[in-house]
Order: sequence, then C-alpha cells, then structure tokens
Amino acid sequence: MFSTTVTADQFMQAITDTLYMVGMSLFVGALIGIPFGILLVVTRPGGVLESKWLYSILNPVINIIRSLPFIILLVAIVPFTRLIVHTSIGTSAAIVPLIIYIAPYIGRLVENSLLEVNPGILEAAEAMGATPFQVIWYFLLPEAIGSLILSLTTATIGLIGATAMAGTVGGGGVGDLAIVYGHQRFDTVVVVATVIILVIFVQGIQSLGNTLARKIRRY
Amino acid sequence: MIELKDVYKTYTRKGISNEALKGIQLKVEKGDIFGVIGYSGAGKSTLIRLVNYLERPTKGQVFVEGHDLGAYSVKELRAAKKNIGMIFQHFNLLESKKVFDNVAIPLVLLKKNKNEIRERVLELLKFVGLGDKAGSYPSELSGGQKQRVGIARALASNPSILLCDEATSALDPQTTRSILQLLKQINAEYNITVMIITHEMSVIQEICNKVAVMEEGRIIEQGSVLEVFGHPKHPTTQNFVKTVIQNSITNSVLKSLKTEPGSQLYKLELVGQCASEPIIYQMIRSYDVKVNILFANMTEIQETTLGKMIIQLNGEATEVNNALSFLKNNGVGVEGVEKHVFNYSYS
Ligand SMILES: Nc1ncnc2c1ncn2[C@@H]1O[C@H](COP(=O)(O)OP(=O)(O)OP(=O)(O)O)[C@@H](O)[C@H]1O
Ligand SMILES: [Mg+2]
Repeated sequence: MFSTTVTADQFMQAITDTLYMVGMSLFVGALIGIPFGILLVVTRPGGVLESKWLYSILNPVINIIRSLPFIILLVAIVPFTRLIVHTSIGTSAAIVPLIIYIAPYIGRLVENSLLEVNPGILEAAEAMGATPFQVIWYFLLPEAIGSLILSLTTATIGLIGATAMAGTVGGGGVGDLAIVYGHQRFDTVVVVATVIILVIFVQGIQSLGNTLARKIRRY
Repeated sequence: MIELKDVYKTYTRKGISNEALKGIQLKVEKGDIFGVIGYSGAGKSTLIRLVNYLERPTKGQVFVEGHDLGAYSVKELRAAKKNIGMIFQHFNLLESKKVFDNVAIPLVLLKKNKNEIRERVLELLKFVGLGDKAGSYPSELSGGQKQRVGIARALASNPSILLCDEATSALDPQTTRSILQLLKQINAEYNITVMIITHEMSVIQEICNKVAVMEEGRIIEQGSVLEVFGHPKHPTTQNFVKTVIQNSITNSVLKSLKTEPGSQLYKLELVGQCASEPIIYQMIRSYDVKVNILFANMTEIQETTLGKMIIQLNGEATEVNNALSFLKNNGVGVEGVEKHVFNYSYS
C-alpha cells in the first residue's frame, strides 16, 4: 500500500531542482524587480524623482505582465526562452519564464513596501538637502527593510507554486514529480510526499522571513 | 536672517485652487526666536516650509542669509538646506536606526569621516541630554526624548537657522517646557536663529522675542512679544493673548461691583521696573482717592514683568485727575473703561 515507483534519489533530485529554480529566479527576479519597485515609487507623482512619462510606461507594463497567468506566460515566451538559454525545455528553460513572472510581482510588492514608509521621514530627508539617491539609500530602503523582507517571502512562496507548473516544460522539481508520477501514474505516496515537502518549504520560508523581518526591525 | 517679500502660495489640486498665503511680508533677524501663531489652517506650516523651500512660493521671494532661494540651482538649494535645520511635530526619526545613526545622518550625507561623525554625534547627544541613549532605538524613547534626538539631528550640520513646526504640540506641558528651554539654550549658545510655529500662546510667551499672528493666509499683527502681548490690536491676537494673560474682572466681582456716581474704572498697565514699585500705595498716600483693586495680574515676558490691573477710583474730579497724572508720570499705562466692557468677556 505504501509502495511507490519513485526512488529516494529521484526525490532528492526533485527537491534540488525546485530549490535551484526558486533560488535562481528569485535572485534574478529580485535583481530586476527591486529597482523596478523603487522606480515606481520615486517616479510617481510627488516622488523624489517624479517623471510622468517613465511612470506611465512602467506602471502599465508591470500590470500587463502581472495579468498573465503563469501557465500562459510559460508557453507564450518559448521563443524568447530559446533565444536566451538556447533550449525550451529543462530546468534552465523554466527559469526564464519564472523570472519574467516574478520580477514584476516583486516590483509591485517592493512598491507597496516603500509606500508604507512614513512620508514625514522623506520630508525630513528633503529638509536635510538629501539627493534623490541619498533619499532612497539612507531613508527609504532602511525604513522599509522589514517590510521588504516580508515581501520577498511572499514572492518566494509564489515562486514555489509557479515552479510546480514549470514541470510542463520539463523543468523538473517537486511539482513535476507529483504530476508525472503521482497524478498521471496514480502514485498516491508521491502525491502525499510532495504535498508534505511543499508544506514544509512554504512553512519554513514563511517563518524564516518572519524571523528575519522581526530581527532586522528590532522595533 | 530670513526675509519673505510679498509671498503668495496657492495650492492647486484637481482644478480647485486654495490660496494658503496671501502677500506675506516677514523679517526674522539673526539671533531672533521668532514665533508664528495662528489657528488651524491659517497657513503657518506653509509659511515655515517656504523658508527651507520644501514648498515653493507661487509669487514673491524668500531670502535666507541674504540669498534668494528661488535663484538657486537644485544643487545650490540642497547645500543651502544644510544650513537650515528643521524639527517636526511627529519627530520624523528613522525607526530602523539607532539614536546615534539618526543624529549622524546629516553628517553622512555630507560625507564626513567616521571619527568626525562619532565625535560630533556624541557631543550633540550630550548637549541635548541624551548622552546615554546613543544605542537605543527611537521606539524605546519618550516623546520628549525623541524630540531631543530630532533637535540633535537638526543641529548636526551646524545650521544657522532652526525651524520648528509645532515641535512641542505632541508633548505634555512639562516636557514642552524642557524642550523650549533647550531651544532657548541653543539660541543663546550657538546664536542660531529659531523660527517656531505654534498655536499655543504660552510657547510664544516662554521663549520668543518676536511674534507674528496669522489668520487666513495673512499676517495680521507682528512685533516684539512684549509689544504684542501688552497691546494686542487685532481681535484674534487679543484672543490669543487672553489665553495666557487674563485682563478682565471675574463675573462674581463684576456682579457685586457698585458704580457710585463719580467712580470710574481704569485699566492699568505696568511694564518692567514700575511693576515692582509701590506706585498704588504712593498714589493713595498722596491723593484723596478711594482705590478699589478689582483685578491684578503679573506676567513675565522676555524677562520683563508685565503687570495688568483693573481699578476703580472714587473721589473729587481734581483729585482723581491728579492721581491719574501721577500714575502716568510714573510710566503706568492708564485707560478709562466702562463697566459694560467686561460684561460679556469670559474670564
Ligand atoms: N499640500 C497641500 N495641498 C493643498 N492644500 C494645502 C496643502 N498644504 C496646506 N494646504 C492648505 O493650505 C492652508 C494652510 O495650511 P497650513 O497647513 O499651512 O495651515 P496651518 O496653519 O499649519 O494649520 P495647522 O495648525 O492645522 O497645522 C489650508 O487651507 C490647507 O488646507
Ligand atoms: Mg501646521
């Protein structure tokens, strides 16, 4: 009854694949998304680098990408993926759509975190004669850091869900395992095991995020 | 020195414009502690925010230390702002940074080296009485302590002007006093010009040497605090002055007050030296008049005593006139008033 066709090695490989996909796309996604989030905040009307045209381009672009379901994005950008990683299947190929999916999401989350910063602090910064860069670096980001960590936590958990779908392009990972072995071959044990693994992942990341945010905030 | 020349400020939002300032003329001399008082919405915050160009005038000019802020480039303006410290009603400290780092920020922006920053910050914290709080977070401090951090931060870049927008409005009376004393000390020790916005006349009374009263975007009265407190002209000013200096007969005294023929009420004003001399006693000894003291009050403004008295004089017309001349010759302000003047005034 507890027999399964999946070996422990396969499980380990799947976990490694998932971690790799989440890690890589989170890293690159944050590298793109965080500056975008900052740009959204500083270029908006009343921001320290107010720019009507930049804001009115960035804002809808992010909205458009964000409105595409991941599974559609995955298929839609196959030519682009091929251009970048010279293949459209496998773990590396899955990372490209994952990044395109997560970067605008991170951008939005970062924007929200930064908007939460007390406007009085930005006023104090302006009164001190801080340059826009200094406002961002010495005031905006430090004040938002706790909230930013929680935003990245949310983004990471969103990514874990998306990696499961990335299995459709042979991305591998825990989600892929569950679909290929569990769902298509009726291997209940695999399904249960992957669910447990995913729950542990999500729980672990959330509590890690919470702890980090609390530690850093200290207030 | 701060000078505003015919300044107008109009806010426009969604096509609706709101004239917050209408032709402001204002001059703050070096070393002044200049108070601006007015009711909510009078335009006080708008006014003070013009002085460091957080807000730009729609019309008119703002001069700081002789320079027209409007003529500066963005870069020059930033440099000019380092010469103008500002403290806020809600302190606006970085919650994520320790007290030390909060105070250090203006110096970090100036790219000072670490040792220099350390020395200056510790010196400032000591000056504001928080020598032992360098490692605390703002959330661990009381309101008064937070404002002290705000003050230390504002002083870090060695400004020649300190702007305070309702800096004590979130504090209790005792803490308010201690913060005001600190501001006074800063003004005296570092010769920093201080501009204070408030809606509490007691704040003005406690530390300012000059005051401007604002109403609906205009300055309705300005001058030395002693002048304005002694002789408020505009009704709004009189209302403000009333909150700190009573100058009226209480209702119960008024009710039992008999107005005999030949008796007359007078308001007396005794400023400085003459407030401490036994002038009333001398008057009674020298002239045949009956004196009934209905109200007396002494207030200290700018280290000068301001005495207010309301008396009733009764006697022969010549004696009364002689007595009044005696008072006037001794520097007492005398003003005859009718009883009904006091009828509707609250005391
Ligand atoms: N950023 C703004 N946009 C639009 N209108 C504004 C803005 N700031 C102030 N006003 C308007 O300008 C007028 C003066 O406001 P201001 O804040 O200067 O008053 P205040 O005297 O400081 O009042 P308070 O004692 O309540 O702080 C008010 O009518 C206010 O609504
Ligand atoms: Mg105000």
